[in-house]
Amino acid sequence: MSTTALLNLDGLTKAYPGVVANDNVTLSIGAGEIHALLGENGAGKSTLVKMIYGLVQPDTGTMTLRGAAYHPNEPREARKNGVAMVFQHFSLFDALNVSENIALGMENPPTMRDLASKIKSVSQTYGLPLDPYRTVGTLSAGERQRVEIIRCLLQDPKLLIMDEPTSVLTPQEVEILFQTLRKLKSEGTSILYISHKLEEIRSLCDHATILRLGKNVGECIPAQTSARDMAELMVGTALTPPERTQRDLGPTLLQTFDLSTPAPSAFGTALKSINISVKRGEILGIGGVAGNGQDELLSVLCGETTVAAEKISFAAIPVGAMCPNARRELGLLTAPEERLGHAAAPDMSLTENALLTGAIREGLENRGFLKWTAAKSFAEKIITAFDVRTPGPDSSARSLSGGNLQKFVIGREVLQRPKALVVNQPTWGVDAAAAAAIRQSLLDLATQGAAIICISQDLDELMEISDSFSALNEGRLSTPQPVHDLTVETIGLMMGGAATDAALQNQEATV
Amino acid sequence: MIRLEKRSQPSREWSIATPILAVLITIIVGAMLFSAIGKPPFEAIRTIFWDPLFGEFAFYYRPQLLIKAAPLVLIAIGLSLGFRAGVWNIGAEGQYIIGALSGAGVGLAFYPIEGLYILPLMVLAGAFGGWLWAMIPGLLKVKFGTNEILVSLMLVYVAEQLLASMSLGLLKNPEGFGFPGSRNLQQYPSAHNAELIAGTGMHLGVVAALIAVIFAYILLTRHRLGFHIRLAGEAQRAARFAGVEPNRLILFCLGISGALAGLAGLFEVAGPAGQVSIDFNVGYGFTAIIVAFLGRLHPVGILLAGALMALTYIGGDIAQSNLGLPSAAIQVFQGMLLFFLLALDLLTNFRIKFGKSEVA
Repeated sequence: MSTTALLNLDGLTKAYPGVVANDNVTLSIGAGEIHALLGENGAGKSTLVKMIYGLVQPDTGTMTLRGAAYHPNEPREARKNGVAMVFQHFSLFDALNVSENIALGMENPPTMRDLASKIKSVSQTYGLPLDPYRTVGTLSAGERQRVEIIRCLLQDPKLLIMDEPTSVLTPQEVEILFQTLRKLKSEGTSILYISHKLEEIRSLCDHATILRLGKNVGECIPAQTSARDMAELMVGTALTPPERTQRDLGPTLLQTFDLSTPAPSAFGTALKSINISVKRGEILGIGGVAGNGQDELLSVLCGETTVAAEKISFAAIPVGAMCPNARRELGLLTAPEERLGHAAAPDMSLTENALLTGAIREGLENRGFLKWTAAKSFAEKIITAFDVRTPGPDSSARSLSGGNLQKFVIGREVLQRPKALVVNQPTWGVDAAAAAAIRQSLLDLATQGAAIICISQDLDELMEISDSFSALNEGRLSTPQPVHDLTVETIGLMMGGAATDAALQNQEATV
Repeated sequence: MIRLEKRSQPSREWSIATPILAVLITIIVGAMLFSAIGKPPFEAIRTIFWDPLFGEFAFYYRPQLLIKAAPLVLIAIGLSLGFRAGVWNIGAEGQYIIGALSGAGVGLAFYPIEGLYILPLMVLAGAFGGWLWAMIPGLLKVKFGTNEILVSLMLVYVAEQLLASMSLGLLKNPEGFGFPGSRNLQQYPSAHNAELIAGTGMHLGVVAALIAVIFAYILLTRHRLGFHIRLAGEAQRAARFAGVEPNRLILFCLGISGALAGLAGLFEVAGPAGQVSIDFNVGYGFTAIIVAFLGRLHPVGILLAGALMALTYIGGDIAQSNLGLPSAAIQVFQGMLLFFLLALDLLTNFRIKFGKSEVA
């Protein structure tokens, strides 16, 4: 670790109405150091980096960059000072190619040809293969991230901020990214690495700062600290891993037969002959990199997209042509990935959002007339049972933090006692404690005999809760494998689409 | 420094206070405008807001208020349901005309037979005509994805041509000495939408408007369909997730707004207007869009907004004839009302912060 500090933050405080996002945070990042910023959702990581990147101005406190006072009023000023940032959500135009996208973010873009050759040379130097003339709409999430990284590297940054960079990558892509980051580090670039994946931080980072409720609660050297200790610093309490009781699998409940759907839009994914079979009490984990048909699969299982009736069978009833509410009546429930705007209406109250899917199974309407009192008590029930932090059921969905809203959304489905539940990214952007609670509730549901499909990009999560695992790649689903004899390599192959049945069998034969 | 800060929840107090504040600011700025063009400001404002209700000739203006407000409210209620769901029917004027034509057509077909069944049949025909006219943009949107704003708007001009053709041709009064226009329904008792209580302006259309307000209120607050309408307007994907069929919702919203506009047209042609004529429509269908937004797409708000709009129209007319205010000044005044209302709407979703924005 380097002793000369590149960036010093001294007593940074930023308050928003009703919440202090950062409370007197002091930290220092050395030159050529990979510094991890760890914390639960809502711990204030985003606000802190936004202040460094000039998107937000601190109320009090000072920053020093290479010994000089530093207070950027806007990202442009930060970039001029050698601070670059790769956001968790990419800001790219699908219809433009890579060079055009990069040129759009530049103040004085060179000619397209010069830019393309520059992109090529940077991408070769740092081992980030990328064709400058590809249309962004055709790139995988990992490749899109490379566009963002190269966009930053072209500015020759002194400090690179990365917000949850691995959440959209396959294990192989993560390895490539880490090699790039290590190379940058060896050239003297500092990296501020935001994540909640502890194993990654342990293998990559030199130093870690842990935030909790806006305060710096500790620093450590990740390689010398156990993941469990870091997690407990982050959460503030001792963690209980989810309990896995041995479950007896019942008869097959939910099945699809060669299910195919066309792509819903130019940038959507077509589903190609998907065969799923889930038994009562079983949790099927579906991994895969985002954008490979996860949303489309959920939509077709939910009933937003309908297919021929016999393509999907639920409890021996053909349900493929049924609308979402008819499926709910039978006990097939779903929770989509996008919380605001899909699973919940942002400006409606929690009571109204409880009604959104609960109307039928909870008997919240009588011949089309709504029972508001019953809906409200159902909302209250969810809030209590899933520890949703909110002033009450009259609050709007938008006013809840991501993790709290996710607990509400999952709780709403779980409390309806589903026979089968399909969830997409159940713990995306949710803090560790809430994620543990959500996973536990899925496990409990399976123990009670429900069939569960968990679509997720968090492999640790899938390994933790599922009985069998398969992966989506370009709309195809690999053959499910029992989780207990999977290796990381097999998973990577399945996610990359290379895992044909034959290849898997060969591998099993060698094991 | 003045900054705007987004509220985590829309403020309930401000959503009630802003319309009142907007009216007050309009009065103040309007008074400034009137005095700038050399008219007595206080008197002008009093003429617009006070005289129609409590002035010397209020006995004449008050019924007029109801007659003007009823079609505005009736149409605006229908439109507001669609606007809430994100279905933009801009062609209520056309549906209003077609409603009047089909309702009057049915009535005239029976002439000169008298019977209690004739007016109810006309009411049904009026609603059906408006519904049918709104189904054109509806089906085109559902089947081919056309834009309902354009189609419904263009159909207004088609309806106007139909109206002209009808008053000059098929529906022309055979005993009208060749003048364009149909028989006067006011002189055909079975088809006349007469005042329920003489001298009050209270006709069936007023009753229908009040029923529509109550119906819409119950639909939006108590019924699944109203919930789905609000859901579709706020979050399309969430609505689909909740089991809303977007196409059925589009047809319902266009259908109900068309039917209510058609009803308004029928009550007008069989009552205050009396006959089908080339200049029968006076823009209620367009003004109702303003009324719907002025009332914040809320049934009770629309009732109040319709009354306010009718008041400024009648007050404006009085000010024109009594004080010689130019009609452009009245239109500016009405425009200001809408402008301030929409501008102040900001306060429901944002709060204003004074003071320095940063400590550098």
